[in-house]
Amino acid sequence: MYQILKKKTLNSNTKLMVIDAPFVAKKAQPGQFIILRVDEDGERIPLTIAEYDRENGYVTIIFQEVGATTKKLGLLNEGDCLHDFVGPLGVASELEGLKKVAVVGGGLGCAIAYPQAKALHEMGAEVDLIAGFRNKDIVILEDEMRAASTNLYIMTDDGSNGHKGFVTDALKKLIEEGKQYDAVIAIGPMIMMKFVSETTRPYGIKTIVSMNATMVDGTGMCGCCRLTVNGETKFACVDGPDFDGHQVDFDESMRRSAMYKAQEKEAVEHHECNLHKMEVK
Amino acid sequence: MANMNPNKCPMPEQDPNVRNKNFEEVALGYTPEIAIEEAQRCLNCKHKPCIDGCPVGVKIPEFIALVAEGKFIEAAAKIKETSALPAVCGRVCPQESQCESKCVRGIKGEPVAIGRLERFVADYAMANDTTEITVPEQNGHKVAVVGAGPAGLTCAGDLARLGYKVTVFEVLHTAGGVLMYGIPEFRLPKSIVQREIDNLKAMGVEFILNFVVGRSETIDDLLADGYEAIFVGSGAGLPSFMNVPGENYNGVYSANEYLTRVNLMKAYKEDSATPILRAKRVAVVGGGNVAMDAARSAKRMGAEEVYIVYRRGESELPARLEEIHHAKEEGIIFKFLTAPLEVIGDDETYMVKGLKCQQMELGEPDESGRRRPIPVEGSEFVIDLDAVIVSIGTSPNPLIRSTTPGLDTNKRGCIVADEETGLTSKEGVFAGGDAVTGAATVILAMGAGKKAAAAMHEYIQNKNK
Ligand SMILES: Cc1cc2nc3c(=O)[nH]c(=O)nc-3n(C[C@H](O)[C@H](O)[C@H](O)COP(=O)(O)OP(=O)(O)OC[C@H]3O[C@@H](n4cnc5c(N)ncnc54)[C@H](O)[C@@H]3O)c2cc1C
Ligand SMILES: Cc1cc2nc3c(=O)[nH]c(=O)nc-3n(C[C@H](O)[C@H](O)[C@H](O)COP(=O)(O)OP(=O)(O)OC[C@H]3O[C@@H](n4cnc5c(N)ncnc54)[C@H](O)[C@@H]3O)c2cc1C
Ligand code: SF4
Ligand code: FES
Repeated sequence: MYQILKKKTLNSNTKLMVIDAPFVAKKAQPGQFIILRVDEDGERIPLTIAEYDRENGYVTIIFQEVGATTKKLGLLNEGDCLHDFVGPLGVASELEGLKKVAVVGGGLGCAIAYPQAKALHEMGAEVDLIAGFRNKDIVILEDEMRAASTNLYIMTDDGSNGHKGFVTDALKKLIEEGKQYDAVIAIGPMIMMKFVSETTRPYGIKTIVSMNATMVDGTGMCGCCRLTVNGETKFACVDGPDFDGHQVDFDESMRRSAMYKAQEKEAVEHHECNLHKMEVK
Repeated sequence: MANMNPNKCPMPEQDPNVRNKNFEEVALGYTPEIAIEEAQRCLNCKHKPCIDGCPVGVKIPEFIALVAEGKFIEAAAKIKETSALPAVCGRVCPQESQCESKCVRGIKGEPVAIGRLERFVADYAMANDTTEITVPEQNGHKVAVVGAGPAGLTCAGDLARLGYKVTVFEVLHTAGGVLMYGIPEFRLPKSIVQREIDNLKAMGVEFILNFVVGRSETIDDLLADGYEAIFVGSGAGLPSFMNVPGENYNGVYSANEYLTRVNLMKAYKEDSATPILRAKRVAVVGGGNVAMDAARSAKRMGAEEVYIVYRRGESELPARLEEIHHAKEEGIIFKFLTAPLEVIGDDETYMVKGLKCQQMELGEPDESGRRRPIPVEGSEFVIDLDAVIVSIGTSPNPLIRSTTPGLDTNKRGCIVADEETGLTSKEGVFAGGDAVTGAATVILAMGAGKKAAAAMHEYIQNKNK
């Protein structure tokens, strides 16, 4: 079974877990993800492989508690087991040959971007890591990101850490100052990835985005995760999750990922109501 | 003296207007009395034409004779000599185009209800056979099976019986393949499939779930791990879309997605964690078993109007006759000679609003021998809808072929394998089922698993001579 070996709280709604999953750890690469189920009859949710330890067979996941399943996951503790944990899924990021890269992470996206930054840094590339958060209280992985980058720029929407602005502002400034990036890797909310892609488009800088579409199986069996890239239908789970940001139809993807909003809200209420029942007992 | 009634003994069934609101099994099965009466319709023909119609050569008149004598457990054993999953096949095989199409009784009247009898004896044996399943004597060799669908399960069972240590690798969290994630509960109860899987476990077959062959490990890794032969039964799970405008609006599902949410993820249960659209007006595009299952599931999920939109005519529907009949009884509306042109969506909500279709008429026969549908000019019309389920076929997932050097595939992406042995272009690797044929049937997948098991046994014996 997939035991939780370590649990750490990163900020008020973001947690890290180290899972015992040797078959996943064995071949995992930056950019790949897993799908887990917390319990029998649970939903299948995709999470990025944030780190892996091949020797011991460990895989690290970092997740934000946004809905019923991630909240349920957050309630588990060290020693508990996950019902299912499958991976590595998706195509690994193509990092070969990149010498100078800007990695842009938005909020939780920083956790997803971190393995790429780390791999690039270890390959000897120059990595500018631009991390955006709403305010300084929710900054995560600061030490890890610093260690995995040449320069780290942490931006906050409200300026509470002294650097007010969006990641796109920081990126634009760096490009205009003359940084010659081989590629920009942007991971975060779709709207952020869209604006990063728009920022780099005029400069013709290759921009890789990670499309976190809604998924069911994660193996190419259902097409739920489909998106339009350069006018063609692709499946995020098997053709991605990385795609060329200049070719992705973000507007369509954003609208697709909002499909179950109402039902998800209901599920959270149901879940909280159950939690409440548990407390009352 | 044979029972000369020209008609099959009717199958007890749930009332159509009750069952189209629940997920319980539609057909309730013969009682022992009905089974004996039906078995007496068999003439025990010398030349056994029915057997020629069975892809795995079930000894039909012999098992039916045992039913007529009331020897149900013995009858089940007779079927098991050549078929691994009778409780499944009795429910889902297209008997009308296989064994029953050849039955002599079908010349004047209805054929013997071979499928219903098969189902009866398999269910009877499951409930009443008390023989303990034991682990066969081990021969010291280990083999791997990729994919736990009917092809893989059959191959695993046969190899386990020969004494092999068998490991089945399955990517999903449940074994069973399409039998679990595709075919709905009301047609094939999941407990029946689970029973077959539990029997294999009792025989010592090991199931490793949540294991993606091609990513967790490749076929070459498995060979290097010491599996002496590998059977690939990974199915044809990649859904095709129509490639018409509007196909990415919310509310357009592949049949695989819709059925997976309903079956595997149990969205049909009130307290399920899996979200699904509770659509009121649904169109299913396609005419196969998959389309019938999607349409009937949508009805059960609360849809008021469910359409089957099919390009050709009624006689071309590829689905089993029984499914078409059941679908009609349950109130599914068939739109024949109708081709989808465009999904209409609401740009505010991004939800499906309708399906623009075109009327077709039948022209000259095409390569498949069926008359080609051709569009009727100016016949476009729109069906108002809130969901569209696309069920126009599937093909093999590219994952295994793209990660296995030396494994030849054809231009449709199917693995090239010898029909008699399942041997592929790669040494030690065998394949069968939908992964080789493209989307086909349970019985063909099972037959391929059986043939491959025999060939793998021979291959390993020769290698170790
Ligand atoms: C390839 C991939 C990698 C991912 N990696 C991570 C990760 O490392 N850490 C992490 O916390 N999350 C990650 N996600 C998103 C994560 O899968 C969802 O947050 C999770 O499924 C939500 O489940 P839930 O039941 O808790 O919430 P739900 O009730 O399903 O959703 C709650 C809210 O989150 C939104 N939401 C749901 N799914 C997504 C999604 N895929 N993308 C954006 N918003 C979504 C919903 O619209 C809703 O507003 C990843 C998604 C993909 C596809
Ligand atoms: C909705 C529906 C209704 C049907 N109705 C009928 C019917 O009435 N009668 C009939 O005869 N046939 C029917 N069929 C067709 C029939 O189910 C299939 O032909 C049959 O299941 C094929 O068996 P298989 O073992 O080749 O593949 P599958 O049943 O598809 O099983 C393949 C298995 O391999 C797994 N797998 C795939 N890739 C990997 C990988 N890389 N690593 C590990 N595991 C992997 C899959 O998850 C799956 O579990 C229906 C199909 C569907 C979808
Ligand atoms: S063809 Fe029909 S009647 Fe003849 S043996 Fe077969 S099932 Fe019996
Ligand atoms: S999640 Fe089902 S195909 Fe991608």
